[in-house]
Amino acid sequence: MATRDEIADALAGMTLFADLAAPQLLGVASRFEEAFFAEGSRVLRQGLTGSAFYVILDGEAAIVVDGDQRATLGRGEFFGEVSILLGEPPTADVVALRPLRCVVLPGSAVEPFLIEHPRVTYRMLQAQSRRLRNANRARG
Amino acid sequence: MEVRQLPFPPGTYPVIVIGSGPGGLQVAYELARRGIGHAVLSADSGPGGMFRRWPFFQRLLSWTKPYAATERQSRAFERWDWNSLLAAEPELRGLQTEFMDGSSDFPSRPEMEASLAAFADRAGIMVRYGCRWESTRRDDTAAGPRFTLTTSDGEYVCEHLILAVGIAQPFSPATPGIEHAVHYADTRAAETYAGRRLFIIGKQNSGFELASGLLQWASRITLASPSPARTSIETRSLVGVRARYVQPFEDSALGGGVDILSASVSEISRVGNALRVDLKRSDNGMPVSLEADEVIAATGFTCPLLDLPALGVATFGQSRLPAQTSFWESATVPGVHFAGTITSGASGLKKHGIPSYSGAVQGHRYNGRVLVERLAEEHFGVARPRPALALGDLTDHVLAEATNGPELWHQKAYLASVVSVSPDDGIRDEGIVPLTHFLDTGGPDALAMTIEADGQGAIYPVAYVRRGGRVEEHALEPHPLNDFEGSIYRRQAGALLDLIAPGASAS
Repeated sequence: MATRDEIADALAGMTLFADLAAPQLLGVASRFEEAFFAEGSRVLRQGLTGSAFYVILDGEAAIVVDGDQRATLGRGEFFGEVSILLGEPPTADVVALRPLRCVVLPGSAVEPFLIEHPRVTYRMLQAQSRRLRNANRARG
Repeated sequence: MEVRQLPFPPGTYPVIVIGSGPGGLQVAYELARRGIGHAVLSADSGPGGMFRRWPFFQRLLSWTKPYAATERQSRAFERWDWNSLLAAEPELRGLQTEFMDGSSDFPSRPEMEASLAAFADRAGIMVRYGCRWESTRRDDTAAGPRFTLTTSDGEYVCEHLILAVGIAQPFSPATPGIEHAVHYADTRAAETYAGRRLFIIGKQNSGFELASGLLQWASRITLASPSPARTSIETRSLVGVRARYVQPFEDSALGGGVDILSASVSEISRVGNALRVDLKRSDNGMPVSLEADEVIAATGFTCPLLDLPALGVATFGQSRLPAQTSFWESATVPGVHFAGTITSGASGLKKHGIPSYSGAVQGHRYNGRVLVERLAEEHFGVARPRPALALGDLTDHVLAEATNGPELWHQKAYLASVVSVSPDDGIRDEGIVPLTHFLDTGGPDALAMTIEADGQGAIYPVAYVRRGGRVEEHALEPHPLNDFEGSIYRRQAGALLDLIAPGASAS
């Protein structure tokens, strides 16, 4: 993975970006930056300010709260948005379980990005609703 | 007749450094000072790296303020001097100030080159010039990995390879018709663009540098890339187009012969004597076409890592930067280390979206020093100095670091000044440590002081307090004059230090 074109191609296959046409995807791909995390390294850190929004291109990550692994995330899934939307530090660590490639958008760029791309926002809401429903089912 | 002997003949060395730009020179200096056996190889014919060629328009993007209110040979002066390399000897510090003619606080390209050459000369840094690294082999031995480098001068073998080869290989995207464009690296002399219609692909600093330099020559300039250009003034950081290159923005806003488009190039084709550029707008996908006489791809550079990716060195991003540990070692191939601008591949926290300044001399010179300190301690039995601190001096020490520490100011939220407290060892000044290393590895109770920026204009100290293995972040207030040594800060820092060293605030 390297070029903007390749990142746009990867995003095109993800539910979150499924409604965007090719030129818009290139615009999105050039706003996000690619990042690589070696196995075992921390991507998000519980309690630290100034974090970012991540979408997984490849690999697997674990959500860890106070040392307990709560869930895993894979290709096409995203994390970091909750703390940005709420303006609070993350309440969990996210750790790479295998070598992890992501695209990253700084926290301050998330609001303008979501406002400019309402279809992405809608898809994100759907994903959040699904997570909420599943959490409620698990509780019930 | 005297025949000058080239240093570092082919053979086996504990450490091999490749590159003679600022990154290579800084680590070569640090290795020599600690007596670590090494060889420095460079394909160039002399020191200076990219400053032997670029930037085209002759002035740097990094300043040196010779008359800052600090002694030029002090550590604190480094905060006001983005260009000189680091040295323990006072007479080797702040060298850039000697090579400025007073016309600008941004040295010219030849002034920067002269300052680097003077550093190499006066510090006695030896480099085997004209020696080109061609390929690499890795063998796993009982004592760890060994790297065999084939070069134009023969074979070299080492345990630790430090690559300081810059982000220097021109990159052009695979756009249809890209062969009609020339890369930024092949831009001609300015006057040859007189009266020409110029199309520049890319809206980073290199694109705006060319646009600025050619404003008076080109008949029209168009810049295009998919996302909107931002200036460093808007981002309040070094992200975005630097203030030195904003003139094309003003010309564009005033309709003065410069157009700045958010669009992707779909094809470049030849039509008669001109070039036709077909674009698609990023906002609505609508096509736009224009004619130009020249197309320049200011689309960046990649790392010339040769065959290292095939040996397992993972890379990422358009520049194909190697993924790195907190100490700038390949995240996937131990024994391969990086210095110079490539260290921007160790991204750090990027808090609030602000990257490290490792892509420039003022940032990566510290990475180089910390890298060699670490290598020396881990592999060559050279301990880092860890001076003892008195309890009563602790508050003053951490606040002086926040106010004057050049490493903290140049590498915000990236390098930290650390003090530790333990029953066996007392209170120690641990020196400069990568922040991610402090956060992600345990250790004794400690406080890491950093300087950080929020991207909205505020700059403030942040203390990370580690107690019982857990780290908590505490931001201190910004100060309008960035002076963090007053009574408010003494109270705040004292209270935090009391958590790990009871009584620290009482002094």
